[in-house]
Amino acid sequence: MGEFWAGLAEAVRLIVSGDREVREIALRTVYVSGAATALAMLAGVPAGYALARSRFPGRMLVLGAVNTGMGMPPVVVGLVVWLLLVRSGPLGGLELIYTKEAMVIAQFLIATPLVIGFTTAAVQALPPELPELLQMLGAGRLRRLWLLAREARLGLLAAVMAGFGGVVSEVGASMAVGGNLQGQTRVLTTAIVTETSRGNTERALALGIILLAMAFAVNLVLTRVQQRAR
Amino acid sequence: MRWRSRARLAARGVLGAAFALALIAAGCGGGGEAAGGTAKIGGSMILATTTSTQDSGLLDVLVPLFETQTGVQVKVIAVGSGAALEMARKGDADAVLSHSPAAEQELVERGDLVEGRLVMHNDFVLVGPTGDPARVRGAGSIEEAMRRIAASGGFVSRGDNSGTHATELALWKAAGIDPAGVPRREETGQGMGATLNIADQRRAYTLTDRATYLALRDRLSLAVVFEGAAPLLNIYHVYVVNPEKHRGVNAAQARAWAEFLVAPETQRVIGKFGKDRFGEPLFVPDAGKSVEDLGR
Repeated sequence: MGEFWAGLAEAVRLIVSGDREVREIALRTVYVSGAATALAMLAGVPAGYALARSRFPGRMLVLGAVNTGMGMPPVVVGLVVWLLLVRSGPLGGLELIYTKEAMVIAQFLIATPLVIGFTTAAVQALPPELPELLQMLGAGRLRRLWLLAREARLGLLAAVMAGFGGVVSEVGASMAVGGNLQGQTRVLTTAIVTETSRGNTERALALGIILLAMAFAVNLVLTRVQQRAR
Repeated sequence: MRWRSRARLAARGVLGAAFALALIAAGCGGGGEAAGGTAKIGGSMILATTTSTQDSGLLDVLVPLFETQTGVQVKVIAVGSGAALEMARKGDADAVLSHSPAAEQELVERGDLVEGRLVMHNDFVLVGPTGDPARVRGAGSIEEAMRRIAASGGFVSRGDNSGTHATELALWKAAGIDPAGVPRREETGQGMGATLNIADQRRAYTLTDRATYLALRDRLSLAVVFEGAAPLLNIYHVYVVNPEKHRGVNAAQARAWAEFLVAPETQRVIGKFGKDRFGEPLFVPDAGKSVEDLGR
């Protein structure tokens, strides 16, 4: 237990002293995972809505694929994106490997199935006659979508939280396509791996505590939006 | 896409010319230390290297020094020597710093690696539980030591195609032992730090580079049980990935890195590294020597 308390003390010290490297790593983590989650919402919410409202042959297959994607191992996504972006790969000419952008791409691919899955479930939970009802009441197309989104708010914010939680905590893909470069692509999870392999377990644990605190803060904000004046 | 690659080619041409000019200038200057590096090359490069250079903290010292001297941003990808050499084979890296001489030689012969230079060495040691249940300490030779471990069992292997793993397999072979038959021999597939921790928890023996062991010694109940034999030398070379064979290699930056590692100033830094923290240096600088000179 001694190491655990030492880790906790180290976490408090790192936060209070405003350790520059730790602050940069934390900000980079929010940037990469935030961008990936935002892009996943942009792509995944419309896709999830369409999947919930439409009927077409093969829909079950698509839904099954999305549900499988929700549990996709990040390390597999990382491996595939690495093979695509590495210099000898098909997209090597873009020179994106070992950059934050490469990490955003990989995390986007991890978060999108989560967002689609949660959105589909949220929209399907709405009363099926609601869109027609809104149309009869004379709401325009955009207004209708906005009102539906408000109604599906619980599920949609759950989608954001699941997406962000999924990518901020993954390590395999970030390690593979980001390379864990100090000062460039090191995020909290990959920094924890590095500190652990260097034997700095207190610092590793401290970074873990900072990661949890950060995820808690983000989720608290989202939960407030979700639960506000229903 | 075409204008992009053309622009990059042009940029590379300019860089190459600038580097050549800098070399000529340095040559004409005379008397000045080679690769003392007032020339700012700029750009970036990918260095594929082994976990030991990163986990020991050596690169944390060398990379910033190189970056200020040359303006080149170094992307350090620290993996096992096997993976590092695989990156070189496919042209996915610009320079390689590794410690797996036999595997390196293969790539040199295939033309993937050029301009190899000896940089430094340290050594491997056999570590095990302080009680030394296999009585390895009394062994007269490294072969005997390996046979004693094989007889009593309990060995944790890297199992990750790293230089350390390759050395371990060579040691079993030299001792005439099939590693698959060693009781309680387990492969971690992980880096040296993680493997030492597992050997510690399992009360087993393992082969480690001295640098990583010293860095983690305080947290381990593992002691050195055998050291000092010639096959235990751990030799690091730096190479440039052949720009003639692989497109897109940042050759000017990679050459500058290789030059930097063997420059007298850098060699002094390597020779001192670790002394303040561990009481003894972790690496012996070897620029200009040949492999046959080592261990004498």
